[in-house]
Amino acid sequence: MAAIFQGVGAAAALSSSPSNSFDSKKLLFSPRRSFSVKKGASVVVVRSDGNVNLDLNPRGRRAQQLIANAVATKADSSATSSSSKPGHELLLFEALREGLEEEMERDASVCVMGEDVGHYGGSYKVTKGLATKFGDLRVLDTPIAENSFTGMGIGAAMTGLRPVVEGMNMGFLLLAFNQISNNCGMLHYTSGGQFTIPIVIRGPGGVGRQLGAEHSQRLESYFQSIPGIQMVACSTPYNAKGLMKAAIRSENPVILFEHVLLYNLKERIPDEDYICNLEEAEMVRPGEHVTILTYSRMRYHVMQAAKTLVNKGYDPEVIDIRSLKPFDLYTIGNSVKKTHRVLIVEECMRTGGIGASLTAAINENFLDYLDAPIMCLSSQDVPTPYAGTLEEWTVVQPAQIVTAVEQLCH
Amino acid sequence: MALSHLATSSSRSAALLRPLSSSIYLRRPISTDTTPITVETSVPFTSHQCEAPSRSVETNPKELLTFFRDMALMRRMEIAADSLYKAKLIRGFCHLYDGQEAVAVGMEAAITKKDCIITAYRDHCTFVGRGGTLLEVFSELMGRQAGCSRGKGGSMHFYKKDSNFYGGHGIVGAQVPLGCGLAFAQKYSKDENVTFALYGDGAANQGQLFEALNISALWDLPAILVCENNHYGMGTAEWRAAKSPAYYKRGDYVPGLKVDGMDALAVKQACKFAKEHALKNGPIILEMDTYRYHGHSMSDPGSTYRTRDEISGVRQRSVIQLKE
Repeated sequence: MAAIFQGVGAAAALSSSPSNSFDSKKLLFSPRRSFSVKKGASVVVVRSDGNVNLDLNPRGRRAQQLIANAVATKADSSATSSSSKPGHELLLFEALREGLEEEMERDASVCVMGEDVGHYGGSYKVTKGLATKFGDLRVLDTPIAENSFTGMGIGAAMTGLRPVVEGMNMGFLLLAFNQISNNCGMLHYTSGGQFTIPIVIRGPGGVGRQLGAEHSQRLESYFQSIPGIQMVACSTPYNAKGLMKAAIRSENPVILFEHVLLYNLKERIPDEDYICNLEEAEMVRPGEHVTILTYSRMRYHVMQAAKTLVNKGYDPEVIDIRSLKPFDLYTIGNSVKKTHRVLIVEECMRTGGIGASLTAAINENFLDYLDAPIMCLSSQDVPTPYAGTLEEWTVVQPAQIVTAVEQLCH
Repeated sequence: MALSHLATSSSRSAALLRPLSSSIYLRRPISTDTTPITVETSVPFTSHQCEAPSRSVETNPKELLTFFRDMALMRRMEIAADSLYKAKLIRGFCHLYDGQEAVAVGMEAAITKKDCIITAYRDHCTFVGRGGTLLEVFSELMGRQAGCSRGKGGSMHFYKKDSNFYGGHGIVGAQVPLGCGLAFAQKYSKDENVTFALYGDGAANQGQLFEALNISALWDLPAILVCENNHYGMGTAEWRAAKSPAYYKRGDYVPGLKVDGMDALAVKQACKFAKEHALKNGPIILEMDTYRYHGHSMSDPGSTYRTRDEISGVRQRSVIQLKE
């Protein structure tokens, strides 16, 4: 089995092997999802087709194996299933919509609230068609009043309804911070357990293309201290749909972070019903030399850097942490114990970001396994500039990741 | 008079465990007379964008006695909480409702336990009105597991899910969008119940109130916003905080009703009217003109921003004496 490498940004192919041993050097390095089940004795890699942004995939490949979810499964159940359906290809925002639609069909108490989600179809088309299908009482257009409609979603959730509240941009949810912190996060506790708040708050955040400072915010750093909520970040169509469904089914309040620039990612996902574990990290690329922890859009910068790194002889292990609160310290810990070096690549600000918390958590728990201090690459502590060149420099770029790994590993 | 009977009753401790409706601790015969009588409210209703309900309220001696007992219990409970706080058995914040009992009691008389009530932090009596027991109240205030929130919430976080009492909220005004969310859920499940979202005259100036009101009116939600106007937002008088202290008119396109909040019968009439209205026509605002004898909370003496004469003047038209 040969691995084919193409130039930067092009799609590459991978042949996967259902065998028990895994040769990491033959892995694919372009931005592509692969699952690796680490908790069992064997490692199974699942390949899927994927395009990044405008890349074309000239050879439509069928996935040879599909795992129903990213939770560890026994080797035999997934390794030998070769007769899975081929699945279907779609873009990330369509995957989110599919997940939402399936959950709305499955459970009548799921409803969607947000600005322009109904008749307009959603500003990123995540809710397109849902209003026509489910009606105005289940897909609700709200006025521009984040504080109150988030509060209303939480009030409805107290009675058992399962609202999905969309922030048109995550940054707008700052206006609803009081409701999210005090009511969404804390009501379960302050009521002595009487109420659960099965709400999902979702929306796009992150740095886009010259959207300006106020529309390029990373709210995961502000929300991470709120007790009582869970936070997840999706990065591929597969995990977007899986996390959306799991978040809706969860009894806890979940904040699902999407990214403005990832909505048009294309991937082939299974036809059958599946969910992704909300608290689990995703092994993107197993490796030996260094653990790179990342999430959301930075995953793709990391994978791009990984291609260069492999050419230079490094073998990075890339983990998409996905679960921002709580951290999946099991997967991360196993990786640290293997590689002894950690690089965190995130889009959050340097101060008080997810990376800062993750650094602290790893230091606290796995200090003895580290051969070098943890490196954390984050965005600069500045408002995101409008000018494209400046904006690029506030965010971590693949070249910086390569340099960091070289520093860490030398 | 009846209060001294209560104090010496030997079954008082057992009575703490029972909800308000049980009445075995009174030694003298309870009036079970249910012959209807009609009482005129002392103050007429003032309305905004709607027809005011009639001043004649249907009631009966049994109900009047229930009002008296319930309000007296609430009053004593709050006074007891005052003493406990001063003895440092209750810590943190403690906001007392004495003077405003008629609002809680009158509202309960007009609705069922399937209707939802949500209020802010002055919630001890509302909780009791919803069926909470004194044991749950005092345990919660003193941080014990037997409390309604298992001691984890405290004075500002009383909840009773089985009687649709949604609390108990510390941040001023934040409960109103929650309340409109409850009304939304009621509309979603089509269960013909309403939500009473209570707030104070201080919270009436919060923006999220108007946002929630706008959405409720747009979506025709069975939400009743009740402003318990005790004329002081913490230490600031209403005329210093609100350009327009006619809170029942502030809904603009939403109808409103101003009610004498010291008269439990007027409150009952208004809430009945509001429930019918909300189920048919969407949100309505009720302004309860009431008064609190204590300060804003236990750390506020309540006399720096109002005169003692004013307080004793209001006591003249005391809620409980009116019933006697």
